Amino acid sequence: MAQTPSDPLIAIRNLSVSLPPGAERPYAVEDVSFDLHHNEILCVVGESGSGKSISANAVMGLLPKPHVRPTAGEIWFEGRDLLQVSEAEMQDLRGSRMGMIFQEPMTALNPLMRIGEQIAEVFDAHGAHGRRARRDKMVELLRDVGLPEPDTLGESYPFRLSGGQRQRVMIAMALALEPSVLIADEPTTALDVTTQAQILNLIKTIQAQRQMGVMFITHDFGVVAEIADRVAVMQLGKVVEIGTAEEVLNAPKHSYTRRLIAAVPNFDPPRRDPVQGTPVLSVDKLDKIYVTGRGLFTKGRRTHAAQAVSFDIRRGETLGLVGESGSGKSTVGRCIVRLLDADGGAIRFGELDFAKLTSQELRQQRKHVQMVFQDPYASLNPRRKIGRIIAEGPIAHGTSEADAMARAKDLLRLVGLDAGAAERYPHEFSGGQRQRVGIARALALDPELLVADEPVSALDVSVQAQVLDLLNDIKQRLDLALLFITHDLRVAAQVCDRIAVMKLGEIVELGDTHSVFTNPQHAYTKELLAAVPGRHWSIPEVALQAAGKARPEA
Amino acid sequence: MTRRESARDFLRRFARNKGAVVGSGIVAIVVLVALLAPLVHPQSPWDMVQRPFLPPFTQEGVPFGTDTLGRDIFAGILYGAQISLLVGLVSTLVALSIGVTIGALAGYYGGLIDDALMRTTEFFQTIPNFALAIVLVAIFQPSITSVIVAIGVVSWPPVARLVRGEFLSLRSREFVQAARVIGQSNRTIITSQILPNTVSPIIVMASLMIAQAILLESALSFLGLGDPNTMSWGYMIGAARTVLRQAWWMSFFPGVAILLTVLALNLVGEGLNDALNPRLARKGR
Repeated sequence: MAQTPSDPLIAIRNLSVSLPPGAERPYAVEDVSFDLHHNEILCVVGESGSGKSISANAVMGLLPKPHVRPTAGEIWFEGRDLLQVSEAEMQDLRGSRMGMIFQEPMTALNPLMRIGEQIAEVFDAHGAHGRRARRDKMVELLRDVGLPEPDTLGESYPFRLSGGQRQRVMIAMALALEPSVLIADEPTTALDVTTQAQILNLIKTIQAQRQMGVMFITHDFGVVAEIADRVAVMQLGKVVEIGTAEEVLNAPKHSYTRRLIAAVPNFDPPRRDPVQGTPVLSVDKLDKIYVTGRGLFTKGRRTHAAQAVSFDIRRGETLGLVGESGSGKSTVGRCIVRLLDADGGAIRFGELDFAKLTSQELRQQRKHVQMVFQDPYASLNPRRKIGRIIAEGPIAHGTSEADAMARAKDLLRLVGLDAGAAERYPHEFSGGQRQRVGIARALALDPELLVADEPVSALDVSVQAQVLDLLNDIKQRLDLALLFITHDLRVAAQVCDRIAVMKLGEIVELGDTHSVFTNPQHAYTKELLAAVPGRHWSIPEVALQAAGKARPEA
Repeated sequence: MTRRESARDFLRRFARNKGAVVGSGIVAIVVLVALLAPLVHPQSPWDMVQRPFLPPFTQEGVPFGTDTLGRDIFAGILYGAQISLLVGLVSTLVALSIGVTIGALAGYYGGLIDDALMRTTEFFQTIPNFALAIVLVAIFQPSITSVIVAIGVVSWPPVARLVRGEFLSLRSREFVQAARVIGQSNRTIITSQILPNTVSPIIVMASLMIAQAILLESALSFLGLGDPNTMSWGYMIGAARTVLRQAWWMSFFPGVAILLTVLALNLVGEGLNDALNPRLARKGR
C-alpha cells in the first residue's frame, strides 16, 4: 500500500479490543475507525472508561496483553498494519517513528538516572547517531522544548525539575528521533493551569514546526478548544462523533457530545447579587508555617503555607478559594476544620474562636463546620456500611444509634440516593455516588459551614455537574455557608459568589466572582485567568438546550 | 458483593495455593489429634506401658515404640500436640495484644510517643529472642504460664512494627481525617476506623507467629525449661538426645511432628497472604 501525503498518517479501521471476562463490558474499544492526518492535532475526548487511552495504547502496541488484546480491525501506519507486525518491528517503530508522552511526569522518569542519560537511551535503543552527535542533538532537543540551560541540564537528576519541566523532558524524549506521530495521553492533566498553558503551547508549536500528526487524549473540553484541529468523541468504547474542532465544539450533533459539552462549566461567571447578612465565619490573619527537616540542632526550613489570611463567609454564601498547587488553599481549609492547627490568627464562629479550643472542647464544637473531601475513593472507610459512615458523627455526639441511622437514611434521600444504600458498602458505588455520601456525612451534624476541598476534581465532567448542582441546592435549602476550594477556575466561575485568589500562602485578590473574572486587579490573577484553556470558547446554545439548561444571564 | 460472596472469593484464592490446602489439612489433623488425645489414649503419657527401648512397629498398641523409661512415644506425640497448640495460640495472642497496642499508638500519634515506643521496641529487638525467653522462664520458674508469657514477650516487636507501618499510612487517609472532623474520639478512630483495615496483614503474621512460638516452646522444653508436668515434643527430643544413636525413634517421631506442624502453619500463612493481600491492594476500589 503506497502512501502519498494525502493519505492519512494513521488509519484505524474497525478496531475492537477485548476486555478480560468479568469486566463490565466485553470490549474496551468496539468497531472504532478514525484517521490521523499529517500535520494535525486530533483530540480524542471522552470520560473515564470510554476507551480513549486503550485506543492510543493499541496504536503503540502497549496493551496489557493477554487480557486486553485487539480482536478485530487494522491500524495502518506507513504501509503496515500495526496489529500484524512482530514485537521486534513494533519496538523499532516505537520511539523512532511514533513518540508517546504520558500523564504523570513525576513517575515517568527514572529518579536515579540523569536527564541526559535517559534521553541518550532513546538513541541507544535505536542505534542512532555517534557519541558526539548525540550530545549535540540532546542539547538541541532540550532547547527546543524550552528548558533552561540546555547545555548543562543533561547532568541533572529528575528531582531537581518541576512537574512542568519533567513533562518537557518527556516531550524531548518523545521527539528525539523525529517521529511523524506523537501520541499524548492526558499530558497536562497533572499540571497546574499556568504550566498546562505552557505545555499546550509547546506541543502546538512543535507540532506546527515539524508538521507531525498528534493524537491528543484528554477529558477536558477546555484543552480541546485550545489545541484541537479535529475532535473524536468516544463513549463506552465507540466513537460517537468525529469532525473538525469548529464543528464538534460549536455545533455538536450527537446527543452524548451535547450533554458532555453542556456539562462543562462556562468560563463566564454569571452576575450574582451580593449575599447580605452577618458572617458565619471570620478568619482573621491566619498563619500556618510548615517546618521541614528540623533536627535536634538544626532549625529546619520554614515554609509559609498561609500568611495573614483573612476573610469572612456569610450565611448562604459560597466563597471560592482558588490557586495552584502549593498556594496554601488546602492548608487554609484544613486549619478551619482544625485538621491542622494554625500558628497564629483567629477562626471565629460568632464569638467562638475555633482556633483556640482544646481538643476536648473542639470535639463538642465540631458541629459548626464540616468538610467534604476530594477523593471519593479514599474518604469512605471501605469496611463500613454507608449508613454507619453517615451516622457516626451524630453517634459520636451522643445521638442514639437508632435515631442516627434514621437520620442517615433521610440524608441519603436528601443527596439523591436511595435509602437502601445505607446497608451497602462503599465499593458498590461509583465515584459520584460516593461523593454524595461524603456530602451526606458532612451534613449529618447540621453544620453552619461546609468546607469543600476540591470536591469534584476526581470526577468526570458530567458527574461533576451533578455534584455541583447538588452542593448548590443543599446550600440554598439549608442556608449554609460554603468554602469552596478548587484549582479549576471554570468550576469556581459557576459556583462561587465571591472568590479569593491565593498565591504562596497569601490572598492576593478577593472580590465578587464576576468582577474578579472580568476585571482582575492583581497581576497573578490576570496570569491565572489567561492560562485557563479554551477561555475564548463558550458553550454553544445547542448543547445547553439538549441538556435542558437555559444560558444563565451573563 | 455480599459477605457470602466475598467469603467464597477468599476461599477460591486461598485454594489456588496448593501448599496452603495441604498445610491446612495437616493443621486440621494436628488440632484433631490434640482434641482427641484423651479419648484415644486415656492413660497419662507419663505412665510406663512397656519395656524401655522398644523399637517402633514391633508391638501392638505401641506403634512408635517406647522411650528410655518405657513410656509410650505415640501417647507423647498425641499429648504433645495439645501443649504445642496451646502455647502457640495463647502466646501469639499475648504477643498480638502487646504488639498491636504499641504499634497502633506509635503509628497513630506519631511524634514523641512514636519515638518512645519504637525505641522500646528496638530495645527488645536487639536482645536475641531465645536468650531473653530462657532468662524469663528461668526467673519465673518453668511452668506453662511462664513459657507462654516469655514467648509472647519476645515475639511482639515485629507485630508492633507492622501495625505501626499500617497505621502510618492509614492515618493520613481521608476517611480517617473525616472521622476526626465529625468529632470521633481518638480511641474510636483507632479501634473502629483504622484497626479493621489492618487485620489482613495481622492475620497473616499471626499464622506465622504460631509456628514460631511452637518452635520456641520445643526449644525451651528441649533445654528442660518447659513445664515439668506436661509432655511436650521438645521435651521428648531433649530426653532422647543422649541415646540418639541407640534409639533413633525416640527423637525422630517428635521431630517429625514439629517439622510437619511448623511447615503446615507456614504454608497456611503463605496461602492467607495470597488470599488476603489482593484484597489489600484493591482496598477502596
